[in-house]
Amino acid sequence: MTQPLLEVSDLHTVFSTKEGMVKAVDGVSFELHAGETLGIVGESGCGKSVTALSIMRLQRPGRIVGGKVMFKGQDLTRVSEYEMREVRGKEIAMIFQDPMTSLNPVYRVGWQVGEPTRLHGGWDAKKALSSAVTMLARVGIPSAAARAKDYPHQFSGGMRQRAMIAMGLTTTPEVLIADEPTTALDVTIQAQILDLLRDVNREFGTATILITHNLGVVAGMCQRLIVMYAGKIVEAGPTTDVFANPKHPYTWSLLRSIPRLDAERHEPLKPIEGLPPNLVDLPAGCSFHPRCVFKVDRCSRDTPALLQVGDTQRSACWVTQSGTELKGA
Amino acid sequence: MPEAATAKHLTMAWTANDPLLTVSDLKVWFPVASGVMQRTVGHVHAVDGVDLEIRAGETLGLVGESGCGKSTLGRAAIRLLKPTGGTVHFKGEDITSIRGEHLRALRREMAMIFQDPYASLDPRQTVGDIIGEPIDVHGLAKGKERQDRIRELLRVVGMNPRFADRYPHEFSGGQRQRIGIARALAVEPTFIVCDEPISALDVSIQAQIINLLENLQSKFKLTYLFIAHDLSVVKHISNRVAVMYLGKIMEVASGQQLYRRPRHPYTGSLLSAIPIPDPKVELQRKRLILQGDVASPVNPPSGCRFRTRCPRAKEHCAEEVPPLESFGSEHKAACFYPLD
Repeated sequence: MTQPLLEVSDLHTVFSTKEGMVKAVDGVSFELHAGETLGIVGESGCGKSVTALSIMRLQRPGRIVGGKVMFKGQDLTRVSEYEMREVRGKEIAMIFQDPMTSLNPVYRVGWQVGEPTRLHGGWDAKKALSSAVTMLARVGIPSAAARAKDYPHQFSGGMRQRAMIAMGLTTTPEVLIADEPTTALDVTIQAQILDLLRDVNREFGTATILITHNLGVVAGMCQRLIVMYAGKIVEAGPTTDVFANPKHPYTWSLLRSIPRLDAERHEPLKPIEGLPPNLVDLPAGCSFHPRCVFKVDRCSRDTPALLQVGDTQRSACWVTQSGTELKGA
Repeated sequence: MPEAATAKHLTMAWTANDPLLTVSDLKVWFPVASGVMQRTVGHVHAVDGVDLEIRAGETLGLVGESGCGKSTLGRAAIRLLKPTGGTVHFKGEDITSIRGEHLRALRREMAMIFQDPYASLDPRQTVGDIIGEPIDVHGLAKGKERQDRIRELLRVVGMNPRFADRYPHEFSGGQRQRIGIARALAVEPTFIVCDEPISALDVSIQAQIINLLENLQSKFKLTYLFIAHDLSVVKHISNRVAVMYLGKIMEVASGQQLYRRPRHPYTGSLLSAIPIPDPKVELQRKRLILQGDVASPVNPPSGCRFRTRCPRAKEHCAEEVPPLESFGSEHKAACFYPLD
């Protein structure tokens, strides 16, 4: 296999809170290859966003207390803040969930979209603006030259997210991290933005990390998939295999608990019982065991590692690691 | 049950076979003020001529994108808002402009479950007082009987009755939504408007709440207006689904009919925009991606409101408002050039 573009190994990010230490990211390892779209799915508080922020070194007030983020031969957790700034926005760009708050309300959109080329490319204002206009047109903003003079509040939510994507792409980064890019948008606008991200991936070959809680979005966008729960990766593998044959009870249960638009008959949903865990006070052993329908004695004592299960998947589960198939009514 | 309270106000004989709630040509407009004098310069046509029937015991799903007027319609249906025009009939009675004691009596028949379980519970009240408030307001029970009732309601929504002494901040989003549901049930309503009741919840919790709502419906013979933007959830829980766009109903049909054979181009594009959690299905799907954004409800387009984004729009669509017409039994759509 070729050298990965980005390699995260055994990453640990913690937050100090009044209630105690929270291990938001607890030993996460994965690789991102050139040109691929990797999905990270999980519920709120599972550590998917903190993982992305830690790659960008934007995790504060959290602290990275262990692990490596290797990108182009350097460990991003150890480079100076100055060197990190050269990477951030130039080689790795990030777009956020809320396009409302991630654009500065007092600067014109064109100026902001051109900022990365002024900062990183040393371009003058005129050249930066003209490249911003080109990029705004490319992401589907109609009459881009005129709209570049608008302020963010004059843009709709979908247009703001397009502008954020345009800003991320002006420096033709190798990695694009999209953190819930469509969660705040209506479904028809979500479809537009996902379509745009697919185009960007095809046209520029930008490797993308797509963070979402929406399993449907992952199914249509990502070749590979990582499932997180309580700060850890519980399952990873090719998207088609994980969906067809999940190897972790959390993934298995989650897929059965969501209503599908293409369901033929009305069957009651099969919810995951219980609540997501409190990160300050995690259960011993596997964090998912109190909600797991397959649990065995060992699950409440020992924490399973993420190991190969089957040909293409990895799972952190004692049950599937011992060869048991996940089946149930 | 509260039948007795409203029965004397009935203007015509209503039977359980008639629609529980009938909305006719309903309009809710909000004024837009501008300038130093805050003069009204226009109106947001949030709901603009809606006809809808909700049958006793059914769940009618109402879907649409943000700003389409679905929440406003839900609020006007239970008289949390006074309509600008049109009528609302509940059990055969015109409730469009009732007031005072009469409206209070009506409030016992209706309840609402809100989207945000964090904002819709008073942080300074105990769970018991939150659920007890509607009981007190309507004078339904006192003392020990009230306490028993609160505990019973908590049990019904799957929570420990001892939680009555705790405060909302001690609970997770899913548990708070259960408290909100218990409060809605406190008046023993017949009709509940559920306004995006699961969209703020974690994926693994959503199914718990959907199942709870379904169980409560069959247990207490409830009628739901289920408002949501997620068509897969709405299709799952609803008997019939109404699709709304810019203040108007575009299509009404059973969930299965709507999915198998949408007639309105907006419904078609809405369906194709919803991701299906199955990579094999997703890779083969034909996507019908809409251009542009929703037009402004202050100045809605002439004729059909969807025409500015519609791939099938012709001149006629700008000139006349398409009426909601029947396409076979139980299926209506408002389009001059419907999908096949």
